[in-house]
Amino acid sequence: MSNKSSINVPHLARLARLSLSAEEISAATEDLQQIVDMIDQMQSVDTNGIEPMAHPLDSTQRLRQDIVTEQVNPDNFQKHAPATEDHFYLVPRVVE
Amino acid sequence: MPNFHSLSSISAALKSGATSSKELTQYFLGRISRLNAKLNAYITVCEEAALAQAEQADAQYRQNQAGILTGIPMAHKDIFCTQDVLTTCGSKMLENFVAPYSATVVQKLNSAGMVMLGKTNMDEFAMGSSNESSYFGPVHNPWQLDKVPGGSSGGSAAAVAARLCPAATGTDTGGSIRQPAAFCGITGLKPTYGRVSRYGMVAFASSLDQGGAMTTTAEDAALLLSAMAGFDPLDSTSADPSRKDVQQSDAWLAQVAAEGYRGENRTFSIGLPRQYYTDTIGQAALADMQAVLEKAGHRFVDVDLPHTDAAVSTYYVIAGAEASTNLSRYDGIRFGHRCENPLDLEDLYNRSRSEGFGAEVKRRILTGTYALSVGYYDAYYVKAQKIRRLIADDFSRVFEEVDVLLTPITPGPAFGLEELTADPVAMYNQDKFTVPVSLAGLPAISIPCGQTNGLPLGAQIIGPAFAEQDIVDLAHQFQQLTDWHQQTCQWVED
Repeated sequence: MSNKSSINVPHLARLARLSLSAEEISAATEDLQQIVDMIDQMQSVDTNGIEPMAHPLDSTQRLRQDIVTEQVNPDNFQKHAPATEDHFYLVPRVVE
Repeated sequence: MPNFHSLSSISAALKSGATSSKELTQYFLGRISRLNAKLNAYITVCEEAALAQAEQADAQYRQNQAGILTGIPMAHKDIFCTQDVLTTCGSKMLENFVAPYSATVVQKLNSAGMVMLGKTNMDEFAMGSSNESSYFGPVHNPWQLDKVPGGSSGGSAAAVAARLCPAATGTDTGGSIRQPAAFCGITGLKPTYGRVSRYGMVAFASSLDQGGAMTTTAEDAALLLSAMAGFDPLDSTSADPSRKDVQQSDAWLAQVAAEGYRGENRTFSIGLPRQYYTDTIGQAALADMQAVLEKAGHRFVDVDLPHTDAAVSTYYVIAGAEASTNLSRYDGIRFGHRCENPLDLEDLYNRSRSEGFGAEVKRRILTGTYALSVGYYDAYYVKAQKIRRLIADDFSRVFEEVDVLLTPITPGPAFGLEELTADPVAMYNQDKFTVPVSLAGLPAISIPCGQTNGLPLGAQIIGPAFAEQDIVDLAHQFQQLTDWHQQTCQWVED
């Protein structure tokens, strides 16, 4: 099913927002090839007609009434944020 | 100091006035300060807060308001959020993170009057089977310091085994309570998925994560679970209290919480899944265990769980996919590590995450990203979900025939530090007897059943969903008939 040359670690790292050094990319490529070989064992299992199982007890997410249940306290929640101002999170400028 | 090892014996000593919570707390804090440097089991020790909690507990005893667990010291795995106390999850990403609220489990054990001694070391974001991926360094197995304690709840297991606390919380995604319990010779209870609230438990793989108890006896596991478990409106996957099996479980837990644990001497029909009895080092110990249980009137039946071999692959796809999604929240903006002088937003994300996560976490994120990426989603993620159903159906089928299952928990005893770190696949295969239960969401208990070369060996008892009472009762019976759970490592005497 999988083709070893198809494991493009720089592409995956970009999708996952990780910047990896050349050394890390080479180590990760080797590791991922082994891991993909391992997970390919799944392909030998016949799953024709089997419904995918997303939740171990097949239950669905419980919903509740859309009412306010707690007051948000930004001072408390932002106490450990790296950079804030007037209850906003600060990030590098994205619009010139 | 008398032998303060089990929650039930400590509870009796507190009730009779033979000791106080303050004295006990000082006793365990003293052990931590003497022995933790050798084991690295704790990341944070809360001396002042623990003594203050102990004084409150002693006041409750004076006012006759104490419950069974009031005043008993314990430790939390550092994955549970604790207001005003560091919650690192074993990661540089959360090195300075103090949660703005406490996990439901933490609140519940606080309300039960338990004293929090500190937070225990763990594999980074609970990803590991050896506790070697922790940013705060590996934990050493108290039985032999050059061996791993197992993971990811390795700090909790080592702390209980060395009696740096009489009990601790753990979490289990693919075996993270049961395997370290086996490696450290203690009892570990992984409840049914949804039995214990996940609110405030740092997420790894949300359809698998489950909090549980790490103790020295099955009786203690029931006591701790009775204070931890229950419906929580703050956890959207908390077990539905209108289900009949959940109601029966709730009734049992309420009884344990009110009156203590009373084991029932029922006899069980016990399945031995052929696929688990292959080439493990613990076969002889398990055969001895069967003989003990057979003599006590239990009946053994060989059963088949035909999809067992596909479980490790299936687990690493599902857990990786869920982890890569869950860990996308660490962006360097709202909380957690942020890189210095980001050039732009993209650089902020990339460098904050690359600096904050360790090698194993990156490996799992990349695996999950691969399994979820365009062109592979059906071949890996959906395929894994289908096999997950086949594995769950295997269990449902055998539970029509038998009450519980008895299996090994690991391929062998604790392995050496750095023995498997260079080979991720060999490390993942350590989980082959624990991940099927996780995928099916079932409860299982790990108890010591023998030793080899001075290291403990564990057995796993698996039950149907919400049948925690059955597996605890059987484990308790075995512990009444044998003393493997009372064997301790040398540190206990220090």
